Amino acid sequence: MTGKTLAEKLLSDKSGTDARAGDYVEAEIDVAMAHDITGPLAFQTFDEVTGEDADLFAPDRTIFTIDHHAPADGVQAANNHNAVREFAAKHGAHQFDVGDGICHAVLVEEGFVKPGDLVIGADSHSTTYGGIGAFGTGVGSTDLGTALATGELWFRVPETMRFEVEGELADGVYAKDLILRFIGDVGFDGCTYMAAEYGGSTIESLPIHERLVLSNMAIEMGGKAGFVEPDLRTIDYLERQTGEVVPFDDDLHSDEDATYDSVHTYRAEDLAPQVSKPSNPENAVDVTEVEGTEIDQLFVGTCTNGRYEDIKLVADILDGEELAPNVRMVVVPASKSVYQYMLQTGVFQTLTDAGAVIQSAGCGPCAGYHQGVLGDDDICLATANRNFPGREGSMQSQVYLASPATVGASALYGEITDPRGVQTERYDDTVFAEVLS
Amino acid sequence: MSDPSEPGRAWVFGDNIDTDQITPSRFIVSSDPDELATHAFEDLRPEFSGKVETGDFVVAGENFGSGSSREHSPLSLVGAGVSGVIAQSFARIFFRNAINLGLPVLICPGADAIDDGDEVSMDIDAGIVHNHTKGEQYDAEALPEFLQTLVEQGGLKAYTKAKLSE
Repeated sequence: MTGKTLAEKLLSDKSGTDARAGDYVEAEIDVAMAHDITGPLAFQTFDEVTGEDADLFAPDRTIFTIDHHAPADGVQAANNHNAVREFAAKHGAHQFDVGDGICHAVLVEEGFVKPGDLVIGADSHSTTYGGIGAFGTGVGSTDLGTALATGELWFRVPETMRFEVEGELADGVYAKDLILRFIGDVGFDGCTYMAAEYGGSTIESLPIHERLVLSNMAIEMGGKAGFVEPDLRTIDYLERQTGEVVPFDDDLHSDEDATYDSVHTYRAEDLAPQVSKPSNPENAVDVTEVEGTEIDQLFVGTCTNGRYEDIKLVADILDGEELAPNVRMVVVPASKSVYQYMLQTGVFQTLTDAGAVIQSAGCGPCAGYHQGVLGDDDICLATANRNFPGREGSMQSQVYLASPATVGASALYGEITDPRGVQTERYDDTVFAEVLS
Repeated sequence: MSDPSEPGRAWVFGDNIDTDQITPSRFIVSSDPDELATHAFEDLRPEFSGKVETGDFVVAGENFGSGSSREHSPLSLVGAGVSGVIAQSFARIFFRNAINLGLPVLICPGADAIDDGDEVSMDIDAGIVHNHTKGEQYDAEALPEFLQTLVEQGGLKAYTKAKLSE
């Protein structure tokens, strides 16, 4: 037999079988997560399957967040929040409340996920955890509710599509540009049912907060998971975040003779900043093709690009400047710690001085349909992950997706702007750590 | 759930219909199938929820149900009384949610021959979609054995209950 991909290795390990792409396995779950939209339906499933008073498979590895419609924007949302609070308290699970942040930011920051874990989240962007070498995958509420009872779930073992990038990214070009290009090349459904795997010298040199961007958006090409093989950088990051020793398993990589569905190779130097045009992430083009497109709203945030390094990058560009008169900017930090570091380091002041509105941590307009909804004919440039029709408001509104650098540069001119014309930093993982210390 | 082998009206949609278009996020604060059904495809096709009848089918192109993991999307179709979903291809999470809920789904590359309003039905065991209006039939992919077991047992909840009582 040939070697295994990382996806095959992890599902073999968790199912106790020799799992190969195409097999169906029942695998043991390490971490389970749901939020205020998907939680209530999962709780119903749990109660129905196993009875209301049964125990969770592992309360200490079960996390519930209130992030999508938070703070509550209506009575039903508020009732959903209470359902999350009650279920979490009754079963002794971890629970994060309004303003604590987006599930995917919180789980990584708090150290709930380790390399090699099998993580299911009742949220499609649960692929994010692949950025630290975990098998993270999005599931529905029935999946999650039954897994809370049994600690197991069925999976089809995915084929793997590898993206290999060599060389050095140009100034102003980031992981977000890489992933938009990948999605543009393979298409919105190009990686459906498969795991994406990102490797090569460029990926190895990326800080963890950028690797998480690649994994987060694997779902935007249909991916079931999106891996960056964990390395010592991953371990350093997790140890800094958690203050605990994290063991390094040097077998958490695909074997050299593993079988891939396909391998896509890139030269980092060739990549320009990318923008995905309305209304699908696969509509990725070089920023030069859409330069000059007038915009009404800028949105900085989400589980893709709402981390401290992302928002700081935007603040650097806007330092001492003002937003172009025709635009408004909505900033939604991904987590409470990001929000607090923005206060501590002056990022908050810089952005509000420039004219931005800063909301409490959460999903904001990306999924909540609140805190910055778009009107008819509004055009938005967002650091988000999706630009489907009506995703952030009116069906007639339009959303363009780009990196924080492109959004920051565009804020100065009120039109889509190539960030290579302005000074932009490339932050490594220690920026956040410095604030932590 | 109604019998997918009984003919029903086809509601035809295009490619890449994402979950925001099936169930816009402002409505998914509810988890009630009947309430969700009143908002199904509300922005994309506002007449759907008022006119869909029990036993109708949803027919779509490539990558149906892409985007978020919200089970509210297949649940809204269950609430609407839809007998099944026939698409040229499905996004992964929608597909597994539908199976888990016991909503019949068939991957049918020839589904683009079906016009809105055609009378169609599903033969799930044989993997065939019948078009009664046009007098045609189209091959669909049979479900893998594991998923057939899941569907035969009535979805993931019933499967898990049976397993827990072993």
